[in-house]
Amino acid sequence: MPRSPKTAVQDHHVAAEAPFSCRVAKGQTIRIVDSHGQQAVDTLFYNAADFAERYSAQDTIRTQGAAYIGVGTRIMSNEGNVMLTVTADTSGRHDTCAGACSRESNTVRFGHEASYLHACHENFILEVTRHGMTRRDIVPNINFFMNVPISPDGRMTIVDGLSKPGDHVEMVAEMDVLCVISNCPQINNPCNGFDPTPIRVLVWDAE
Amino acid sequence: MSQHRPAAEIAANRARYEEHQRKGLETAPRALPPPSPRPAPPLAGILRQETIPPGWYWATRLRKGEALRVAQTGAHAAVALVCWRADDPGERLNLPDTIKVQWTTVISKGRVLFSDAGRVLLSVIEDSCGAHDVLVGGSTAAGNAQGGHGRNTRDNLVLAAAKFGLSRRDIPMALTLFAPTSVAGDGSLGWQTGKLRGDDFVDLRAEMDVLVALSNCPHPLDPAETGGAAVEISCFAPPPAAPDDICRTATAEARRGFENNAKIHA
Repeated sequence: MPRSPKTAVQDHHVAAEAPFSCRVAKGQTIRIVDSHGQQAVDTLFYNAADFAERYSAQDTIRTQGAAYIGVGTRIMSNEGNVMLTVTADTSGRHDTCAGACSRESNTVRFGHEASYLHACHENFILEVTRHGMTRRDIVPNINFFMNVPISPDGRMTIVDGLSKPGDHVEMVAEMDVLCVISNCPQINNPCNGFDPTPIRVLVWDAE
Repeated sequence: MSQHRPAAEIAANRARYEEHQRKGLETAPRALPPPSPRPAPPLAGILRQETIPPGWYWATRLRKGEALRVAQTGAHAAVALVCWRADDPGERLNLPDTIKVQWTTVISKGRVLFSDAGRVLLSVIEDSCGAHDVLVGGSTAAGNAQGGHGRNTRDNLVLAAAKFGLSRRDIPMALTLFAPTSVAGDGSLGWQTGKLRGDDFVDLRAEMDVLVALSNCPHPLDPAETGGAAVEISCFAPPPAAPDDICRTATAEARRGFENNAKIHA
């Protein structure tokens, strides 16, 4: 029985290209909806009681013995604790190897003329500083709905997203967490179909 | 409203991306040199040396233009590395950017390590194996409790960072030298045996003043049931980078990264 938005305790509409954050209590389920399809959602998690404990891509990859995020993935912290578990996914694999776009890395990837474009790192700075954190607290993130296949020979490239309008991913929180999102504004690669769109974030209490 | 940009703009951006992609995936790798011959040649201009026992860490400061050799001493050892910009440690190694902008998870001779600010921290000026782990990271106390060995890389890096006045918050994803991990088509991780000989080495040139932390612990995916071995670290003064230096010229991305470096004190 899919959860109904009517019973959600939080229901957020996040504009295209915008930052966002919300708290999710232990036992609650968070759903991120790719409302229009092919929209990368750059996501970080922090222990709500101690922001020094935060998402760790390497711990997550090592714990599950695999590079992509999907159902069953235990989202791990830098202290080796399970933060959330992925419980539902209608779209397919999600990336945690490619990090977030930034003005600075955009200049390297796409040319110096890409400097004056909005980027996920800017969104992360704006959002984590609202919670008393700084640039130092921004770490490599999860990219929900972003398709970054890695070849056995190591070649790595961002390709068209697999997600269709309305696809979603759900996670149950294993500790109280702060979820920080950049609804990715990138228009220089296919992570957003070259056209960033809004997303929706919902939270339900434990059933 | 699933689309608010004009179709022509989307098509133009896609075409530009595909051109970057083609160059990054196909042209750039052909410009890279082969692995450095083993064993490592003797070094001139040695500034200081250190032997890190198995399980231990070491930290050092490198000035722009100085280099660091990490060398195995006859037996297999893996060395996790993180680094920060010395005069602003808020800027630090960013491995997702490093692999994304170079279109590969393979770090080898001619590649560079990027910070989170689009600048080059370290250049790989010599490398005998090109077999280093970006994605998996080092050992932890929890992992070792399930069958590993004594000291671990996570704690080592916390300790090394503290010697620079940095905290648990400041430790970025670690690059593990001499750790031939691989990713299969389904995403599962592997270990490529036969890539390393026990006399492998890497020379890294600092492209700005940097703080470097190293941890000499067995990699968590290493199937060998050993406690590792000592590694020898040499800080030295390499010849200045020539205008046609391979690390600065092999790819368009590296060239733009060095252009960003040049703006720091411009």
